[in-house]
Amino acid sequence: MGAREWAGRWPVLRQLAGQDPRRDAARSARTDALVPRTATADSVARSVCPYCAVGCGQLVYVKDGKVTQIEGDPDSPISRGRLCPKGSASKQLVTRPGRVTEVLYRRPHGTGWERLDLERAMDMIADRVVETRRRTWEQTCEGEQVRRTLGIASLGGATLDNEENYLMKKLYTAMGAVQIENQARI
Amino acid sequence: MAECHPVGFQWVMEAKARGTKVFHIDPRFTRTSAMADHHVPIRAGSDIVLLGALINHVLSGGHDFREYVLAYTNAADIVSAEFRDTEDLDGLFSGFDAESRTYDPASWSYEPAEEGEAAPRGGEHAGGGRHHAETARPDQYGSGGATAHPRPRRDETLTHPRCVYQLLKRHFSRYSPEMVEQMCGIPAADFHRLAAAVVAASGREHTTAWVYSVGWTQHTVGVQYIRSAAILQLLLGNMGRPGGGILALRGHASIQGSTDIPTLFNILPGYLPMPKAGVNRGLEEYLAHAATDTGFWGNKRSYLVSLLKSWWGDAATAANDYCYDYLPRLTGDHGTYSTVLGQIDGTVKGYFVVGENPAVGSSGGRTQRLGLAGLEWLVVRDMTLIETATFWRDGPEIETGELRPEDIGTEVFFLPAASHVEKEGTFTQTQRLLQWREKAVEPPGDCRSDLWFYYHLGKRIRQRLADDEIDRPLRDLTWDYPEHGESREPSAEAVLREINGTGPDGRALSSYLDLKADGSTRCGCWIYCGVYADEVNQAARRKPGGEQSLVAPEWGWAWPLNRRMLYNRASADPRGRPWSERKAYVWWDEERGEWTGADVPDFERDKSPDYRPPPGATAQAAISGTDPFIMQADGKGWLFAPSGLGDGPLPAHYEPHESPLPNLLYGQRANPARKIYDRPETPYNPAGSSRFPYVLTTYRLTEHHTAGGMSRTLPYLAELQPEMFCEVSPELAAERGLVNGGWATIVTSRAAIEARVLVSGRVRALRLQGRTIHQVGVPYHWGWAGGGVVTGDAANDLMPIVLDPNVYIQEGKASTCDIRPGRRPTGRALLDLIEEYRRE
Ligand code: SF4
Repeated sequence: MGAREWAGRWPVLRQLAGQDPRRDAARSARTDALVPRTATADSVARSVCPYCAVGCGQLVYVKDGKVTQIEGDPDSPISRGRLCPKGSASKQLVTRPGRVTEVLYRRPHGTGWERLDLERAMDMIADRVVETRRRTWEQTCEGEQVRRTLGIASLGGATLDNEENYLMKKLYTAMGAVQIENQARI
Repeated sequence: MAECHPVGFQWVMEAKARGTKVFHIDPRFTRTSAMADHHVPIRAGSDIVLLGALINHVLSGGHDFREYVLAYTNAADIVSAEFRDTEDLDGLFSGFDAESRTYDPASWSYEPAEEGEAAPRGGEHAGGGRHHAETARPDQYGSGGATAHPRPRRDETLTHPRCVYQLLKRHFSRYSPEMVEQMCGIPAADFHRLAAAVVAASGREHTTAWVYSVGWTQHTVGVQYIRSAAILQLLLGNMGRPGGGILALRGHASIQGSTDIPTLFNILPGYLPMPKAGVNRGLEEYLAHAATDTGFWGNKRSYLVSLLKSWWGDAATAANDYCYDYLPRLTGDHGTYSTVLGQIDGTVKGYFVVGENPAVGSSGGRTQRLGLAGLEWLVVRDMTLIETATFWRDGPEIETGELRPEDIGTEVFFLPAASHVEKEGTFTQTQRLLQWREKAVEPPGDCRSDLWFYYHLGKRIRQRLADDEIDRPLRDLTWDYPEHGESREPSAEAVLREINGTGPDGRALSSYLDLKADGSTRCGCWIYCGVYADEVNQAARRKPGGEQSLVAPEWGWAWPLNRRMLYNRASADPRGRPWSERKAYVWWDEERGEWTGADVPDFERDKSPDYRPPPGATAQAAISGTDPFIMQADGKGWLFAPSGLGDGPLPAHYEPHESPLPNLLYGQRANPARKIYDRPETPYNPAGSSRFPYVLTTYRLTEHHTAGGMSRTLPYLAELQPEMFCEVSPELAAERGLVNGGWATIVTSRAAIEARVLVSGRVRALRLQGRTIHQVGVPYHWGWAGGGVVTGDAANDLMPIVLDPNVYIQEGKASTCDIRPGRRPTGRALLDLIEEYRRE
């Protein structure tokens, strides 16, 4: 590239020369080389916004095992490619640096968090459930069979998948836990 | 809608561009108001007065869609001579028992066509079971179909004084434009403009739609708000027709799914009721009470047996009632608020909180936190360290010195959750549409899906079982799902397939009509049967909208049977012809002998409009070819509800539990059946108290989501709405010395919180009953921690725990408060301030 040609590519010079700075005169060699993250993704997953119940379609772009961009899905007859501020921000929900990714444990009367291995936490929780259930088991109430425990309760959010809600209700019911509730009542 | 369901609102704008008139009825002027033709400011908690006046306008002006009303509603049905209306009893209906504060609905029933004809089976709770008022009635509403006589006496001339039409006329006659002015603060001219527009946009050629969210449901008369809209829409012929309906805009990605496959105490999947102690002893007794025998609920045996088979597999046999006895029994209200009181009282020991943040997000935050502090163990699963997980170290009660971490014995497990792109599964959005999400990436670190958590927890629990009788339901439970990957993630598709159900050959079923009562079919949720038809995940279908009709039937899958509009048989006249060419949607094709049209007909495909049920018919066979409301016992739209409601067969306006105003309509001030808790943790502001003179209402902002766990944590969103604020009118600001951008303290008997002041003309002072009523609006997205980029006081701390008697939802949208300039005190002084307000 000759010096003249190089200078000709310098946006400021072109803009000073009277070209519209909002159009091509704003382009530089660097901008020419830029490609959208959506173009370089390794894969795209078809997803749905996790906030409100409109159910806008999302396209989740992935590169090197990381989410690089989330866009509205133009194919969706519900949203036609649009996302509101929440849906547009949802990549941060996944990739924000402050996200907690480890199990934390606070012992009774404790004043701080401790780290706990996931498998160990699962074992401890299962132990608590089995013990509490047995201790608070109610076979009858006022002479009528109830076959339940009022010692264990649950409150779920309404961003749970149907499959998750199903396993929850199934397991809790088999356990005899009845105080199973959801944001759907709140 | 533009604020909270922004992308859905594009369709309102499309309609407006085609000439639709848009009215926005809301205490606040919002982005929706800005785009609407008219904003109608209303006093929070007074909507039944407005809706009742619209009903009155339609009835007294003869504007009802008579042919539709006669054929498709119960307008002509004659109600028992025992029935007494609020007109007779000054705001009560017949059957009220003041001591238990419950209704016995026996007197609300229809008069049978033939003398002495027995009441329908399943009528126990409709016919006088007051002794089971708590267990057999309110919790049951919202499940199954309410029972009613399928063949009541009718008067097609609509002149019999006890026919529903005449009862309605009399009941709503006092809901006048003057009343609207005095109670809602809506000037008569604005009311008349709205009424005229609604009438003009209804009939053969036109339809009107009503759209609502929790602004209508979070009231002690929430269910009756919706009933009022249903009556209006039925009278105008706006149900089951394109452009009509009452559209619930639900607030969360799968809140509809969380109701269909409920993690709710009172129902089993597909709205089957949970069994009640003493009333549902065995399978037969359960089925006798579970739902109506006529209409599609008549197949309840097939729905339940298939569910039991899917849960207990080969262990469920005809001989053991398909393990019906494995189901635990209810003995009353086991809802989330009574559960929290149980935590304080020590009956509830362990608590799972999964993607929810009650310490900030539920009414009466302090009560919630005292509940958490009363637990033995707590499991919190979330993507961030929400306040519910950290209440023991940084909650408001720690700050005031009421609690010390050392004194809180709760053992807390925080387990990080996978995000929506790190797992696969379905959400059911607001129009009953299931959409499958593909997994984009693996979750980081210890993050796991809730599917993983419950599956592996279940496996561990099952490994720890004894040989004991009480463990049998867990031992026999079908709990085998294929596992994938290093973390042994269970297959969500296998779970979806189980929900869909399988036939005797083990193949996926394609319709709930194929379910059997003999144990040969399995189905985890009968209304979702078909989502895996032909062994294909129908919820994953993604045919571009542009390549389909407007109904877009090949995008996702809607329950039931991919019907996009419920009760759409009503889009045709009784003979099966479209009401008009403009509004054609589903119709009867005489030549082919079937229903056809733009959508999957919500009717048996080959049931002719001429079909009449033979005597004694049950289930769908009892529904005539002209009855579109096929889930109802009589196939009719109910203007008057002879059963199924805990607070009356017709909506009546009652003031919110906390209200600055009297009820001008009746001597009965508030809903007599509302659920009140007499607890020191959660006191109430006295009604009409001069100490709490302002109406308090909560709302959402576009840029945040509920208690903020998914939005305050995101820098983009936190920057857009950085601070908790309250919205007041210039008049109120002047009255109280509040300065825009300054601080205010909002006080109720439960709490005092601080917020930045936004003085704006958007919340208007209302003139009514010779005085000015001010409303204070507060968004509820903030909390003190929660990993939030921004923090603030929690609006829900202010709210009372007082519930609708039908569905136990809290009155979050209309209570009272005081507001004063400046920041709130801290520490002990904060408690003193609240105490001072309580004393006066
Ligand atoms: S993008 Fe906005 S409107 Fe669409 S589903 Fe998400 S939160 Fe709702």
